[in-house]
Amino acid sequence: MTTRLAQKIAFAVLLLATLLVVLPVLIILLIIVAKGASAISWDFLFSMPRDGMTAGGILPAILGTLYLVLGAIIFAVPLGVMAAVYLVEYSSDNWLSRLVKLSIVNLAGVPSVVYGLFGLGIFVTFFGFGASILSGSLTLGIMILPVIITSAREALESVPRHFRTVSLSLGASRWQTIRHSVLPHALPGILTGMILGLGRVAGETAPILFTVAAFYLPRLPQSVFDQTMALPYHLYVISTQVPGIAENVRYGTALVLLTLVLLLNLAAILIRSRFRRKKKW
Amino acid sequence: MKPIRVHKLKEWFIEKSILLSGIFSVFFVMLIFLFLLREGFSLFRGESVLDFLFGKSWYPISDPPRFGILPLILGSLLVTLGAAAISVPIGIAAALYIAEIAPRRLKEILKAGIELLAAIPSVVIGFIGMITLGPWIKNLFNIPTGLTALTGSVTLAFMAMPTIVSIAEDAITAVPRQYREAAIAMGATKWQTTWRIVARAARPGMLAAVMLGIGRVIGETMAVMMVTGNAAIIPTSFLQPVRTLTATIAAEMGESVQGGPHYAALFAIGIVLFVITFLINGVADIYLHRSRR
Amino acid sequence: MVAPAAKFSIRAFHVHYDQLSALRDLDLDIRANEIFTVIGPANSGKTTFLHSLNRLIDLVPVSRCQGEISLDGVDIRRGLEIEVLRRKVGIVFALPLPLPISIFENVVYGLRMQGIRDSQRLNDAVERSLGESYLWEEVKDRLRTPAMNLSGGQQQRLCMARILAGQPDVLLFDEPTSGLDPIATARIEETLLILKEKYTIVLVTNNVSQAARVGDRTAFFLMGDMIEVSDTGKMFTTPADQRTSDYITGKFG
Repeated sequence: MTTRLAQKIAFAVLLLATLLVVLPVLIILLIIVAKGASAISWDFLFSMPRDGMTAGGILPAILGTLYLVLGAIIFAVPLGVMAAVYLVEYSSDNWLSRLVKLSIVNLAGVPSVVYGLFGLGIFVTFFGFGASILSGSLTLGIMILPVIITSAREALESVPRHFRTVSLSLGASRWQTIRHSVLPHALPGILTGMILGLGRVAGETAPILFTVAAFYLPRLPQSVFDQTMALPYHLYVISTQVPGIAENVRYGTALVLLTLVLLLNLAAILIRSRFRRKKKW
Repeated sequence: MKPIRVHKLKEWFIEKSILLSGIFSVFFVMLIFLFLLREGFSLFRGESVLDFLFGKSWYPISDPPRFGILPLILGSLLVTLGAAAISVPIGIAAALYIAEIAPRRLKEILKAGIELLAAIPSVVIGFIGMITLGPWIKNLFNIPTGLTALTGSVTLAFMAMPTIVSIAEDAITAVPRQYREAAIAMGATKWQTTWRIVARAARPGMLAAVMLGIGRVIGETMAVMMVTGNAAIIPTSFLQPVRTLTATIAAEMGESVQGGPHYAALFAIGIVLFVITFLINGVADIYLHRSRR
Repeated sequence: MVAPAAKFSIRAFHVHYDQLSALRDLDLDIRANEIFTVIGPANSGKTTFLHSLNRLIDLVPVSRCQGEISLDGVDIRRGLEIEVLRRKVGIVFALPLPLPISIFENVVYGLRMQGIRDSQRLNDAVERSLGESYLWEEVKDRLRTPAMNLSGGQQQRLCMARILAGQPDVLLFDEPTSGLDPIATARIEETLLILKEKYTIVLVTNNVSQAARVGDRTAFFLMGDMIEVSDTGKMFTTPADQRTSDYITGKFG
């Protein structure tokens, strides 16, 4: 076999593999849209469930997801951005910073169900918050901390070194330099990371299984100490544990969740590429 | 203009908070491990660690209950190995294509596509796997149920592939240009360059990518719960329902009595998972550092 | 004859980067209102010396300094807050480094960091300092446009205005014209000669002829040691050390 032919075959195989990875996204999307679109209506999205979930809409699940996402972000973003600032601007390459980086890698690798156990052990039980939006948000917040920290780090590191040098040479203090000459230029990257974190939180089920999620709550939550419905948990229950729900309702729920998550991720991808093209330096 | 004193104090406070935030991640890791131990440890007053890890029977609700997790470990192992067998070759191949061969416009689209695949919630993937893949496998192999280890492996392969592809692609792109130029200058074709030189140079990074992909699979809960059938017995083939460590926790926590032995056993499984993923991620991180140098 | 007052007093000054000795046993005075030029081949410690004068060297984590540097008799490490020092001793780098903000904001950056917000003061400072660096006429109608849009020479003069806005005592220049064409270079050199009436200037340059053109006194550094320092005219006609003569005449570089 000539080397030219071998190359052609090899490239074709690689292309095939790539398509195998990428096409499923489209296929999954198509199936869900095709079978779930018929369930989507104003009523479905904006009204409360009735008759033990066999009629009505999924508004509380959508709202619940939004509350949890908001709560997680409020907790994770300030803490995560400050941790990233510590790693990039303040730490030197010593044992402490290496330990911090190792911890972040480990937090990123902890299985989501273990986060659920942790949330159960500390927030629900030890602090006594019970199964609540508070417990769920805090658990989800810790879970996405590594995502926020990593993307904030990259954003900070991409700001040219000489901005800091110039600022310091003009008599600014270290914090002033970060606040005025580094952070503003890292903001798009930090924003991207935040949106990716939002998408992740919206889709997670295991961490909220024991810390907040309920299946059928006819009333919307009134405070952070209430339980709530949530889209991913809702999808799980209606597809595995509740018979008699129309097929298009199941697909419709999946469609709502998938749309939410994919829109968030697309927004992040677009912001990131627009920022890369518009860089002023 | 603020007096210097107040200004300096405010800055001192901000810088200390930043330092504290940095240390928080270390704190959280330790906290997680601590709380898992706190709830799980009581199991080991009534049962030895070896009985727990290697016991062949998981009957948490029988009387007396049996808490051996070997069937669960084997279930996780089977599904993970199956997923790896599918996702590793395909993932590495896709990474090579995207990094080395794809034209630039296509490359951007492919990378975005892979990011979107990674973003799909596991419950949605589990849902699709359960409704489409399950019945298909049931009919293909003529078996009583389509929810098997094989179904789990295929479904999870799609969750591991984006991780493997993106990290491997980073590692391949990081191989210095000079390697490729030297090979081409000696008359190698692009394929020969890619396969023999670049892939070899990127090996530590690709290894890390595989490990992180496997780590993701082991830790996966919802999709696995929906497609593997949830039978906590020692598997003898891929076409049987199995139960993984993660699915066990998720499925049974609701039924357990808080503070009781079943509750503690589930936390003990959490400890096992924590340690496994800790090790995998730690080793992968070492390989990633090796590849970046 | 009474010796002119020393602006900077450098005594027994050493700098190490880890194991590497970058500057050894430096004893030197820099006089007020002079242009003090520093020449020497690469790696001779010129930039290390310059960065020590405003403690920019502190940004290098592996650097260690010994000895004493005093500004107007005050030890710059023990007697002066670092932000105050850096306002009194401004620096212009080899490459023009405007911040990615408007011309106006670049010039007032240091003032804002001090807490000055009064717009009258800021506007006055901008007009004065852009005037001193001979950039005012060219940019006075577009102060709010991005500084990155200026030419290289203009950006470098902007960097000068930036430090002049804070009314410093000393101006440090690290090879300021190495990236500029001869016309822009000449304009900067003219500006330096005018600025020395108000400020003390330390100029590090790779260009020996530039030192001859603008320096009042010149020091020759080689591999971390200061070989000799004297009036520029004297150094270029009758250097005391053979190595100085070899460098100036281009026998090595």
